[in-house]
Amino acid sequence: MARFLIRRSLQGLFVLWLMTVTVFLIFFVGPGPGFAARVLAGRNATAIQVAAVSHRLFLDRPIYVQYAHFLGLTGGQGLLQGNLGHDYYHSESVNTVLKAAFPITLSLVLGAAVLWLAMGLASGIVSAVKTRSLWDRTFTTLALTFYSMPTFVLGLLLILGLYYEFTIHHIGIFPAPGTWVSFTHNPIKWAQALLLPWITLALVQAATYTRLTRGSMLDVFGEDYIRTARSKGMSERRLILRHNLRSALTPVLTQFGLDVGVLIGGVVITESVFGLPGLGYTAVNAINQQDLPVVIGVVIVASAGVIIANLIVDIFYAVLDPRVRLH
Amino acid sequence: MTYNVGDAVAVGIIEETPIAVVAEGEAAKKIEGHSPWVLAWRRLRRDRAAMISLAVIVLIVAMAVFASVIAAILGHGVYQQFRGPSPAGLSPTGQPVGPGSTFWLGTDDQGRDIFVRIAYGARVSLFVGVVATAVTVFGGLVIGLAAGYFGGIVDSLLARFMDWLLAVPFLLLAISLISVVNVHPIGPLKPGLPVVITVLGFFGWAAVGRIVRGQVLSIREKEYIEAARALGARPWRIMFIDILPNLLAPLIVYSTLLIPATIVGEASLSFLGVGILPPTADWGEMINNSQNYYLYGSWWYLVFPSLALLITTLAFNIFGDGVRDAFDPRGDLFV
Repeated sequence: MARFLIRRSLQGLFVLWLMTVTVFLIFFVGPGPGFAARVLAGRNATAIQVAAVSHRLFLDRPIYVQYAHFLGLTGGQGLLQGNLGHDYYHSESVNTVLKAAFPITLSLVLGAAVLWLAMGLASGIVSAVKTRSLWDRTFTTLALTFYSMPTFVLGLLLILGLYYEFTIHHIGIFPAPGTWVSFTHNPIKWAQALLLPWITLALVQAATYTRLTRGSMLDVFGEDYIRTARSKGMSERRLILRHNLRSALTPVLTQFGLDVGVLIGGVVITESVFGLPGLGYTAVNAINQQDLPVVIGVVIVASAGVIIANLIVDIFYAVLDPRVRLH
Repeated sequence: MTYNVGDAVAVGIIEETPIAVVAEGEAAKKIEGHSPWVLAWRRLRRDRAAMISLAVIVLIVAMAVFASVIAAILGHGVYQQFRGPSPAGLSPTGQPVGPGSTFWLGTDDQGRDIFVRIAYGARVSLFVGVVATAVTVFGGLVIGLAAGYFGGIVDSLLARFMDWLLAVPFLLLAISLISVVNVHPIGPLKPGLPVVITVLGFFGWAAVGRIVRGQVLSIREKEYIEAARALGARPWRIMFIDILPNLLAPLIVYSTLLIPATIVGEASLSFLGVGILPPTADWGEMINNSQNYYLYGSWWYLVFPSLALLITTLAFNIFGDGVRDAFDPRGDLFV
């Protein structure tokens, strides 16, 4: 176990390092450095002023010097010291930018995760237990519809159908898109502002879980040990809860871990639709301004989310299923 | 007798040409043998939901193909801005005009006909959906075959690379790459369609590669592969002649389900403003633009392109589910 953890952590760090190189290269082949310097220097700046800005941001050095600077090998504070650098436009520490954006993404993802897991499991179990019933057909159809629905389409239609309709009739349940209130400031307003983003993300995600739970439970119903249990006269409720769900849930929870891991690094589309300044929204803005340090910061957090989620899922698998050995 | 597999699936003409095995004696009874492809096609034809969705897909394809005809009949060009009084594509205050007899689905903020633009937008969606899926599946197939068949160092390197690609925050890197290319083209990577298709294919193939690799790992241990090798068949021959046919059914199913995902991917990029660039008509781009208008009364600007996108992805998904069930009625082929 200890060796497994060490090996996987090293692999994870290697992937993270690879990500920083990738993003560096992407921005370096493009207009990134020059573009940022020109914008920062202002519209009427002379070539000398642009060059001065370039110099201040380290943008006029060869790429490997810049990368060494970013890592913190040139004497300053860098990645190796746990410092992600400063954004080009406001000279704000990227660590601070990420720390401000992270709670927003976390609130969005965790709230939606509770919703989608509840919806997906409930509808999936009902569909599997009452196969081909009206409930099954309804849930299966709904799941397919939301599965096919692009997130931004659902989000915008919800804004139009709920926020807009309620607001023009003077029912102020939903605050305007773009509102963000921190939980510690006012928990009720926090939930109100996140309600529509939660529903959007949860409905799109839940569709996968309905399909997965249903399929997985139907597979388990075909197993011999279920038939044995049934022929011993076990009650249907006990059979479902104790025997079927237990093994059917493994793939569902695996998917859940991976999904949360992916989303924690920024829910790009949902955040953009609702104007929530989380990691995804921050990244999109930074990309549009070619603000390299911020982009790298978000990419590192996002990749770390995926890597850690994968690790947790693997460990969880080994704990749940004694046949799996970690090595 | 051998079946031409592609024909059987695509056209279904082989239906009435079964292999007849006539038993001896008086009670000679016809035993019909059918290839899995014919059986799958028959099952698919009996699936009502799949057939309806296929009809919808055909309609959307027709809309894309005849987009210019639609534009000509209505007399509204795809880029034509009706800013004048007759026909008025913009209200006196400069806002989009709602659905009516002149503009069936209303106009956008430039006074352009939304119906015509949706028809043209179908071209982009379908083209990207099909071409990027083909690139993804072909790339994943070749690399997965190579990794699974050769094993050893080739396999570990390719498998590591696939793991890395699957851990990548896809959307962030895709937007970064495209936004760079949009300002500064890199060789053949030009803004618009080429870069969008490349990016979708590049970040997509690893999922296919992983499936193919897994299948090849088990198939290559079979006796007939050993026999082929003993007869002196070269690796490429074994991979493409002996192993590949076993993968066709899963790949067809995977491709059908990948098309809607790719269409959503392209629309999402365009929605974020980095995909297909204006003034080209594109559903994602239209929805992106509508954001400044739909809360001020112009609901049609958001709703109709959204419906076009939703109907398309839904039809492809239902059809894909049908194809999967047809190939695999017991549900044990694709895990």
